[in-house]
Amino acid sequence: MFSVTFAIILPFIIAALVPFIHRRFKFIHIGWLVMLVPITLFVMLARLIPSVASGKTYIQTYSWIPTLNINFTTYLDGLSMILGLLITGVGSLVILYSIYYLSTKESLQHFYCYLLLFMGAMLGVVFSDNLMVLYVFWELTSVSSFLLIAFWNHRKASRLGAQKAMLITVSGGIAMLVGFIMLHTMTGSFSIREIITSIGDYTDHALFVPAMILVLLGAFTKSAQFPFHIWLPDAMEAPTPVSAYLHSATMVKAGIYLVARFTPVFGGDQIWFWTVSGVGMITLFWGSFNAVRQTDLKALLAYSTVSQLGLIMSLLGLGSIALQYGYSADSVLYTQATFAALFHLINHSTFKGALFMVVGIVDHELGTRDIRRLGGLMTFMPITFTVGVIGSLSMAGLPLFNGFLSKEMFFAATVQIMNADVFSLQSLGIIFPVIAWIASVFTFVYCMIIIFKTFLGPVQPEKLDKPLHEAPMGMLISPIILSILVVGIFFFPNLLGAYILKPAMASIYPMFGDPANLTPSIHAWHGVKPELLMTIGVVIVGTLLYRLLKKWKPVYGLLSSRYTFNAFYNNFLSFAASKSTIVTNKYMTGLLRDYLVYIYLFFILTVGGFFFYSGAFSPNFSTDARIRVYEVILVGVMAVAAVAMLFAKSRMTATLLNGVLGYSIAIFFVIFRAPDLALTQLVVESITTVLFLLAFSHLPDWKRENIPSKTKITNAVISVGTGAVVVLVALAVLNYDRFESISTFFEDAYELAGGANIVNAILGDFRGFDTMLEVVVLFIAGLGVYTMIKLRAKKGDENSEN
Amino acid sequence: MKINDVILRTVTKIVVFIILTFGVYLFLSGHNTPGGGFIGGLVLASAIVLLYLSHDIETVQKSLPLDFKLVAASGVLLATGTGIGSLLFGAPFMSQTFAYFDLPVFGKTELTTVTIFEAGVALAVVGVVVTIILSISEDE
Repeated sequence: MFSVTFAIILPFIIAALVPFIHRRFKFIHIGWLVMLVPITLFVMLARLIPSVASGKTYIQTYSWIPTLNINFTTYLDGLSMILGLLITGVGSLVILYSIYYLSTKESLQHFYCYLLLFMGAMLGVVFSDNLMVLYVFWELTSVSSFLLIAFWNHRKASRLGAQKAMLITVSGGIAMLVGFIMLHTMTGSFSIREIITSIGDYTDHALFVPAMILVLLGAFTKSAQFPFHIWLPDAMEAPTPVSAYLHSATMVKAGIYLVARFTPVFGGDQIWFWTVSGVGMITLFWGSFNAVRQTDLKALLAYSTVSQLGLIMSLLGLGSIALQYGYSADSVLYTQATFAALFHLINHSTFKGALFMVVGIVDHELGTRDIRRLGGLMTFMPITFTVGVIGSLSMAGLPLFNGFLSKEMFFAATVQIMNADVFSLQSLGIIFPVIAWIASVFTFVYCMIIIFKTFLGPVQPEKLDKPLHEAPMGMLISPIILSILVVGIFFFPNLLGAYILKPAMASIYPMFGDPANLTPSIHAWHGVKPELLMTIGVVIVGTLLYRLLKKWKPVYGLLSSRYTFNAFYNNFLSFAASKSTIVTNKYMTGLLRDYLVYIYLFFILTVGGFFFYSGAFSPNFSTDARIRVYEVILVGVMAVAAVAMLFAKSRMTATLLNGVLGYSIAIFFVIFRAPDLALTQLVVESITTVLFLLAFSHLPDWKRENIPSKTKITNAVISVGTGAVVVLVALAVLNYDRFESISTFFEDAYELAGGANIVNAILGDFRGFDTMLEVVVLFIAGLGVYTMIKLRAKKGDENSEN
Repeated sequence: MKINDVILRTVTKIVVFIILTFGVYLFLSGHNTPGGGFIGGLVLASAIVLLYLSHDIETVQKSLPLDFKLVAASGVLLATGTGIGSLLFGAPFMSQTFAYFDLPVFGKTELTTVTIFEAGVALAVVGVVVTIILSISEDE
């Protein structure tokens, strides 16, 4: 019996075992064993296709943190089925490819461990119903992709690319987490299915739009939408199997999946429509425009991936408008955009996976992927060439390949959207087909670049490090399978539509009843319609533009490299680092004097500020005792001694003045009838004075410090302020009479503790615990002095800190 | 040049006994009149410091062969020990008790566990104060 939870867990279990198996079976390439995992899962999932197509869904729940409503709930429906099949299917092919691509000298156990981690995390993302579990797997994909991009971590570019991908995707992931928490706050549920059924009541909630924007941020960063697309070209430093798997077929589709999954939640809202379709359109154009200028094949494919992801994203945005209308015969027309998005999602995975593998083969066999050094490979690499042409033409949207079908449907959807009469589309709707068409022209141009610059034209053997030859068969199997799929889908698209896309449509439009109405029959030829004319136009203008490429390529030079998003990202990082260094150096001066200023300032502001604001500075002198003459005299003596100490010229004077203060306090204790305190104060004062004097014999002469007068004034202000706050607070709390004093209890000390001296009874009996610990403190201080003096390292001693 | 400090030494010999007696008195009287372990300990320590001042360290060490670190440690041990001792009688930590006894010479006398605790405090104070002063003054 198949269990979705098992499908998520299995890759993790095998990933944990990979290092052990690798050590045991050195003679066999570990990839062969790893490949069994996605194949098994693919077969298991494929067996469920008929039942999912008939509308069945599979749900399973395991308690994880039930008190927080976080449970490990897996949910298999049409939408997650598409992604599940892509992850396991392309995963199997990529692992097969990587077996021939990576030599056994690489640390394969790490590679396959990361890859399996990624696969499990990705399956977790698409099968999770619980938002928190989804987030956990979402971040796991970020982390494992980080590890895979930096697989060759001895290269600087790999590390930088991994860092960039990590920073951008994790920032988006955290935004998404906040969005999820907002969703939970609104609806009280973490389950996506429950949220979909209840979200209708919350569309006016204050958190609805923020949650939508934050979830979209997560989706846009993950699937490299404008302007977060900059991490994807840099992630091309990863080994090519990783690029083929993560950065074309699976991880970048996680954002697409998220948008599709949340369409029933947020779709139908104007902001959602314009953000998703608008950002998708910009990404579509910007990616295809930039792909043309690339000279590195992988970078070209990266920008092309960005562009195609923008296409899918914009289609999802266009399709969401159907939810605005509710279910009717008209609104079904708009769902065709979503259908096209899902269809292109699958198509893109097939042809882009094949293209990445082709580029990988070229790179692996010839040692370069720079189109300026390549050319005329057709005769030397016929199979690679065939696969490359199939992939490129499909991407360009030409007939006989599945890209044609989805591109036609894309054009149809953009034309259709002009008929909508909501969201001010009557006037603005025209931009969709226009941008789509322009972007398609650029797409056509870079597809031609791939074919003509790489495989046709003159051979340049002098620029290559390795002899020209065809790749080994094992490397070619996976791209061949993918290209067969590319052609196969073109001829039998409705098979895919009926079994895979129909249930997915049902999960995006759950309230639209029978999904069969949402599933159009796909035809390669449906008469002369606007979309066909658009395609013909694309081919004509695209060919022209490709021919004249040299003429208009300087256009790219107009855009200074200082204003690119990459430059912005780099500047932002270095700006943040340098500014935070400056700020930290500003206040972390290393001077105790400055830190004390902060502490006192904080004290004045918080304590003084609080008392001031709460109006607590209202001293009440009515119940004060009468002030007697000798108290005034004593205070006068202390004030004179204290002020004199500030201006003392020698250390001895300061110490003796300090003694005056101490003895005066002892006299105060006498006046206020505290004989124990007076005795202790006298003796302690004497002994500390002796200690001061003893310690002075070890200190250098007392030099006047040359403090700038500005600092002096600051210090004076702060010390006066601190003193004033303390005095005011003391005056304010002096006559506090909200509660009875507990001292009456201690007055019975003779009966309770057998001692007439209350102070001593408190110290030894009532609160003996304090005294005990104070004794320990004293002991520790004594040992501290002893060890500091006896055990300190003498000059020339070894540093004995260790 | 060696200073003739015969007066200081002679006075010290007498005064030390007075101070020591006073210290013990303060310690014992603490329960009912001002005084107690802390003050008693400090006064005893000051007597010993006076000895160090009037004589040199070696001479005092010879006549008073005590390791004051050990004195301090045993004081701490005694103070915490009384707290643990009360546990043996099923009472909460640090419960003190007292009772009146008829002793042969002193007559009716109050004996209390607080005195043991205070003795620990006094020993710790003497040990620590003397240790600190000796450490600093011996340091070259």
